Amino acid sequence: MWKLRERILRFEFMTEFLGGVDDLAGRIPHGSRIAVPPDYSGCAMAAVRALIRRGARDLGLLGVPQVGFQGDMLIGAGCVAAVETAALTLGEYGAAPRFTEAIKSAQIRMRDSTCPAIHAGLQAAEKGVPFMPLRGILGSDVLAHRDDWKTINNPFGVDDSLVVLPAIRPDVSLFHAALADREGNVWIGVRRELMLMAHASRQTLVSVEAIGDQDLLSDDRYASGTIPSLYVSAIAQAHRGAWPVGLKEHYAPDAQHLRQYVLLAATEDGFRRYLDKFVYASESSVDVSA
Amino acid sequence: MYRLEELLIVSIATMLDGLKHVAVGASSPVPGAAALLARSRSQGSLRVSLLGSRRHNAFTDGGKELFDCAAQGRIDAFFLGGAQIDGEANINLVGVGDYPKAKARFPGSFGSSYLYFLVPRVILFSLEHSPRVMVPRVDFISAPGASPEGVYRPGGPYALVTNRCVFAFRRKTRRFRLLTAHPGEDLASIRDNTGFEFDAPERVPETPAPSEAELALLRDRVGREIAEVYPAFAGRLWNIEQGNEAEIPAGSTEESIAARFH
Repeated sequence: MWKLRERILRFEFMTEFLGGVDDLAGRIPHGSRIAVPPDYSGCAMAAVRALIRRGARDLGLLGVPQVGFQGDMLIGAGCVAAVETAALTLGEYGAAPRFTEAIKSAQIRMRDSTCPAIHAGLQAAEKGVPFMPLRGILGSDVLAHRDDWKTINNPFGVDDSLVVLPAIRPDVSLFHAALADREGNVWIGVRRELMLMAHASRQTLVSVEAIGDQDLLSDDRYASGTIPSLYVSAIAQAHRGAWPVGLKEHYAPDAQHLRQYVLLAATEDGFRRYLDKFVYASESSVDVSA
Repeated sequence: MYRLEELLIVSIATMLDGLKHVAVGASSPVPGAAALLARSRSQGSLRVSLLGSRRHNAFTDGGKELFDCAAQGRIDAFFLGGAQIDGEANINLVGVGDYPKAKARFPGSFGSSYLYFLVPRVILFSLEHSPRVMVPRVDFISAPGASPEGVYRPGGPYALVTNRCVFAFRRKTRRFRLLTAHPGEDLASIRDNTGFEFDAPERVPETPAPSEAELALLRDRVGREIAEVYPAFAGRLWNIEQGNEAEIPAGSTEESIAARFH
């Protein structure tokens, strides 16, 4: 009973509005298990830069279900101890240089997963149940290397093996969205994996392009694509906060900058230079308008 | 005259004719164009879900919907690649060498460990048909090509399309069989570049060339459609400069959002 009370009390139900991305990053303790979306789904890149500036460490990075540039940057900056993801990919920009290096030097603990397993783990957390069964995966080396996954017999069937995955409850979800309202509701449109992340996480931190006066839940056209403030711990406004990976429907990826990143991050030294120029310099001095 | 990519697109599209729902994952311009070509000649009977597209993707329930859809049997065909592919159609998207400290590390398994089991017609695709990709045995099984009896597996490998040839996969024998060789290739050149054993007919037919009608469709309608997601690919192949993606609104982001939200 005591345990149950403690668990309920751990959640906050009111959204805080913070002054900026540095305050947002300040809400992420060292050692947190932090869930982030892929490059196409609203990445809080300004907040990730702030996280690197504050010297975050020992993070457990979770790609939902995979992760791109922000993952490579956090790993390169030494913020990450463990990675769980279905892929770490920079898409058409090529191999992720800092991730590749960290794997080669065994600098991070890698837990390879597969996309639906990450969704299913988060769905278990969303439902408050300990695990979720999933088809497929049997006989793969993904399963062979996951001592936290189990195979059970379908209790309703005969000779039917299923993989079961433990619930994934991130300490923090961090992402970027186009719009919030003054109640703390966040509009995500069709990017519903962000909704899943918010439902499953202890804390959800969001940077947004704009904070509007109109209540997003008052209009059905927006309400269905809106995360209610119930799940949103804190919001900070960040103009072009998804630069350089871009925010679909609003601004495109900054391809030139992303190519430059890949070139520089190819070496430790080049990556340090990238950080000096685009991360350790304060956010206001970084030109995000390209 | 036609390009290698056009030959591959048409070869894949032929495998999709008559299907009802084809899904295409990330980083797959050739399979994506093949799916759109098959759709354009299906007279409205083929649905295509192209990941990363706004216009050719009807999913509205987030990243998980594709996978839920596949597990229910709502997807007929999907495409997978592999940094390594072996003769039993095991695929490796993770790394070369001992796991986890790989000699060469690739992005990861994505949804392959799951979709390979559930989508009836999984078409493997590779633009590098060489001994380092077509290996005797993969170093890491992202997804196995075959499963023991009793494992729930309505799906699996159907064909392997490469820059040199087209193989069919036979689930009973767990072996590839060479179907056609692309112009300039023959059984000897394909064996030289394949690290695994496979079956072959005595005389290997040439992969059929794209028809004028197919090329016309590709270079116009399909090219414009695929350019939304793969502008560099469409530009390089067909000089299609601008995709039909919704234009990024000019002016400040706040203004564009305000305009969308009355």
